[in-house]
Amino acid sequence: MNDLVKRSGRGVYVQGNDIDTDRIIPARFLKCVTFDELGPALFYDERFDTQDVSKGHILDAPVHQGASIMISDTNFGCGSSREHAPQALQKFGFEVIIAESFAEIFHGNCTTLGMPCLIMEKTQRKALAALVGHHPDAEFLIDLQAQTLIFANEQFSFTMKESSREAFLTGRFDPLDELLVAKDAIQVVATRLSYSDHSG
Amino acid sequence: MGKNLYQKVWDDHLVGPLENGQYQIFMGLHLIHEVTSPQAFGMLKDKDLKVAYPGRTFATVDHIIPTDDQSRPFSDPMAERMMAVLSDATEAHGIEFFQPNSGSQGIVHVVGPELGLTQPGITICCGDSHTSTHGAFGSIALGIGTSQVRDVLASQTLAMDPLKVRRIEVTGTLSTGVTAKDVTLHIIRMLGVNGGVGYAYEYAGAVIEAMTMEERMTVCNMSIEGGARCGYINPDETTFAYLEGRERVPSGDGFDAAKRRWAGYASDPDAHYDDVVVIDGDAIEPTVTWGVTPAQALGIGERIPDPAAAEGLDQELMSDALRYMQLEADAPIAGTKIDVAFIGSCTNGRLSDFQAVAAVIEGRKVSSSVRAIAVPGSEKVDQAARALGLHDIFTAAGFEWRKPGCSMCLAMNPDKLVGDEVCASSSNRNFMGRQGSSTGRTILMSPIMVAAAAMQGAVADARDVFQLEQAS
Repeated sequence: MNDLVKRSGRGVYVQGNDIDTDRIIPARFLKCVTFDELGPALFYDERFDTQDVSKGHILDAPVHQGASIMISDTNFGCGSSREHAPQALQKFGFEVIIAESFAEIFHGNCTTLGMPCLIMEKTQRKALAALVGHHPDAEFLIDLQAQTLIFANEQFSFTMKESSREAFLTGRFDPLDELLVAKDAIQVVATRLSYSDHSG
Repeated sequence: MGKNLYQKVWDDHLVGPLENGQYQIFMGLHLIHEVTSPQAFGMLKDKDLKVAYPGRTFATVDHIIPTDDQSRPFSDPMAERMMAVLSDATEAHGIEFFQPNSGSQGIVHVVGPELGLTQPGITICCGDSHTSTHGAFGSIALGIGTSQVRDVLASQTLAMDPLKVRRIEVTGTLSTGVTAKDVTLHIIRMLGVNGGVGYAYEYAGAVIEAMTMEERMTVCNMSIEGGARCGYINPDETTFAYLEGRERVPSGDGFDAAKRRWAGYASDPDAHYDDVVVIDGDAIEPTVTWGVTPAQALGIGERIPDPAAAEGLDQELMSDALRYMQLEADAPIAGTKIDVAFIGSCTNGRLSDFQAVAAVIEGRKVSSSVRAIAVPGSEKVDQAARALGLHDIFTAAGFEWRKPGCSMCLAMNPDKLVGDEVCASSSNRNFMGRQGSSTGRTILMSPIMVAAAAMQGAVADARDVFQLEQAS
């Protein structure tokens, strides 16, 4: 039941600082002309060996199947700008990512896709991650407006990048329609900026 | 109080505020390639939208293109499909596409500058994080996701939050054998892989001012590896001299007018900065990575750090990195055996990179245990290198001289590590699995350090291997 400001679901903790987008989705899976098939490739090389045999990654633990809220550590999504990374997370079933900090391009990509990035400080995040390990079946209740998260009868707080939070509260996380409205104002800027001749 | 370059470019390109508190910013130049734009064209089609300013978008093919046999169809059917989609989309929307064998194809961040598309004072975006490269010219150059590629195609604008600006002053003079790559690895080592989050980096100081444009591109290229959204260097006479005479730069009176306008974008002497960091350029050593992030780096003479000296998750990260790299704490990094040597990429695949290496490898041989490849960043780099005979020097030394492309930097093409091979690489990322094998290991370094490692079969100090003398 997700209305604009509420998110719910079960969680999983994927440990690690500086988890880069090459790890989230290895480059060979970027060979595609749509994002539709990316879900199964999520964290592939962390989850499977070179013979495609499961390495018993937490994402494949039976108790965490169907989880829609991922918790990680600092600087999540660093490296390549590939939107394939948040697309793979979303196609895999994730709807919310919680971390201490996010790489910026990744954060922007997630927002546009409607997947909120929640920033939670270390002590609370560690406590939450531990609790998720103990209660894999418990449901999160997240309120983006109040910036509260309730899990296993405990309340946690988080912050969001203000523009991202505002985008979710109003349901306008995809900016394209608003960008297109400014057509005339764009033309004014385009005309004023007399860039040097690119036409060759 | 004056303005810094970032503020000037932002103000010039501002269309207006958006309802969520972000701002709509006009993009002067949009560069696209085959990996992150085909899906965006699909999104446009779904919404029945046209490309708003096709004359401001330029396409090339780099990530998936093979560097050996580039004949069509490519041997990999998916690579062929991506190429075909880009080719059809650019034709349908009237976008100029620098095709293979056009004389202008290459890595997108090599092509833009060498054609003169990249100019000071403009906003540039591309669905590739290393777009920060173009900041070397005093542009604000941003890597973006595919939905944003869609936004730019449809509106020529992006929704953006303003950034803070950190000025990084690299003082003094670099020692012989210390390069722009060492400067950027050193900065990331000092400030961390997430030290730049929320910032644009302005690189300045005597070391940066003395650099050529190609060296400046190497520094700005890796801004993203330090977490910064972009990095730039104020335009100066070095910038203007590089641009003069380029294919897409105006000539004569037009150039003089452009030059005056460009100069006006440089940060004012009394500009405000949110942060200032001073780095001692004299102290920078040839720098290499030992771990799995670009910040896990050390000087060539140093020993690999001991996780026991770190705390908490940092300790785990370091232990994981050592385990992955199969390296021992407290051992010297010099002497680490390598299997592959790669010179190329948007970081270090320009003519001056190959010139610097050719100058030291002539008459020497790559170790018999090493597979060495040199991959020019563009067809123009390839042609210029051949005209100077560099290709022969590399080949005689035992390097394979390949055709232009991203090659082994990210291995979306046939150039890959096999198993747990160790690669001495002039590229930008040493992430786990980055070079195409889930157990492959990458050690980042400058091109001449890659050359030294290739000759020795192990990580080595180029100053010793090539007997580089400190200029008196």
